[in-house]
Amino acid sequence: MKMIWTIATTEFRRMFNSPLAWSILAVVQFILAWVFLLGLNEYVTQIQPAMAGRENVPGLSDLVVSALYLWAGVIMLAVMPILTMRLFAEERMNQTLSLLTTAPISISQIVVGKYLGLLLLIITMIGMLSLMPASLSLGTDLDWGKLAAAILGLFLLLASFAAAGLFLSSLTRQPIIAAVSTFGLLLFLLVLYISGNSQGSGSQLFIYLSHFGHFLSFLEGLFDSSDLVYYLLFIISFLLLTIRKLDNERLQR
Amino acid sequence: MESSILLAAEGLSRYYGEYCAVENLNIQLQKGEVLGLLGPNGAGKSTTMQMLTGNLAPTTGSIQINGLDLLEEPRRAKRHIGYLPEQPPVYRDLMVNEYLDYCAKLHGLRGTARTQAINLACERCSLNEVKNRLIANLSKGYKQRVGIAQAILHNPAVVILDEPTVGLDPLQIREIRKLIRELGQEHSVILSTHILPEVQAVCDRVQILNRGRTVFNDSLAGGESLEKIFFELVYQEDPALADTAPERLT
Repeated sequence: MKMIWTIATTEFRRMFNSPLAWSILAVVQFILAWVFLLGLNEYVTQIQPAMAGRENVPGLSDLVVSALYLWAGVIMLAVMPILTMRLFAEERMNQTLSLLTTAPISISQIVVGKYLGLLLLIITMIGMLSLMPASLSLGTDLDWGKLAAAILGLFLLLASFAAAGLFLSSLTRQPIIAAVSTFGLLLFLLVLYISGNSQGSGSQLFIYLSHFGHFLSFLEGLFDSSDLVYYLLFIISFLLLTIRKLDNERLQR
Repeated sequence: MESSILLAAEGLSRYYGEYCAVENLNIQLQKGEVLGLLGPNGAGKSTTMQMLTGNLAPTTGSIQINGLDLLEEPRRAKRHIGYLPEQPPVYRDLMVNEYLDYCAKLHGLRGTARTQAINLACERCSLNEVKNRLIANLSKGYKQRVGIAQAILHNPAVVILDEPTVGLDPLQIREIRKLIRELGQEHSVILSTHILPEVQAVCDRVQILNRGRTVFNDSLAGGESLEKIFFELVYQEDPALADTAPERLT
């Protein structure tokens, strides 16, 4: 466990040694701040006056906060491949992987350590992003339960992105190929959701398979343990696949 | 005598599909011995070193490091190995002492033991003046020395160096050779190189590989010219002659 933590914190620190983590955090924060402001402005100037006096209307948490987290999920679909491509593909390209494979640690410790390092960055990002909706509590009553569900949903979604990216990164020695294939896979899962919802040929199975369907129920404030299980299964299977892949590399080429 | 054998590999073979990179190789290393691994390009030196460090599983054969089976108990056996691959495995975005600190932690060194190990390794590889510099900004020679420091950091029983003097200036080469000799006093060293005088300068024993097989394995005490032996063994095309070569020379 100590070794896993050592690898995780070093990975996390190394991301901040290069401009990569800083620029990604800055860009994502800027775009999401813009989205947030836009949503808030629309709510205050148009929706709120129209809804005044009626009963059972959607509130700020439903309209502004969920939209913000949905956008965050969509943006990270494009950003996550850039973060995951370095994990193994870049180490292979620079031939630094043998440092870890020669050290007295197991392959699973390496894989879990690297994955945890990335999760730390994801948590940092979600933390920064969640300051925006939390600031609304200064002027209004926020639905904290709903916010917590959205945060948990986004975390699980991004963690599943990261696990898929980690695996694809372990398959190749070209970071670009790792990034493109991860982007392709994540986009495919989104398309699966869209095709599941399409008129006529829609299928419940497609919606179930896509990780976006499970994310949306979190955004509605719905915490369903089957969604949680879906994400955990998704993450664990990709981590196991990564461990197997790296183990096989030692056994044969 | 039994306990002073730090590395024993028996019957090592490695196939990549149909292609046989290493065939039935035996390597034994006593405590305090420097073994030179020689051979032309593609002879299987790097494959052998990868197997001895647990980066590649042999198709057949067994490896004992300091009495521990590398294939059965990899994590315990790997504590006794220091490895410098052809490309030093250094993270360009870390500073030298950050990097060595990370390596020491990976080998389970804690507290003052870690600080001492880092200081000693920096001392031995003369890295003190670049300790606070980014590895990306170091010259090839310094990166190489950081790689060596990483390999000897945890005071391993067996140090395996793949072409350690590539890219160094003559003065550094002399220092590194001195360092290898020093390491040979208390550890065992396996050294792969293409520079024959280097082998003559630092190695106690030479093992020459050709097409994945040992063609020569002896100490250099006889005073024979290594160059002559090497060319005789490696560049003769007749496989029958290559087979009889070890008996003829030992």
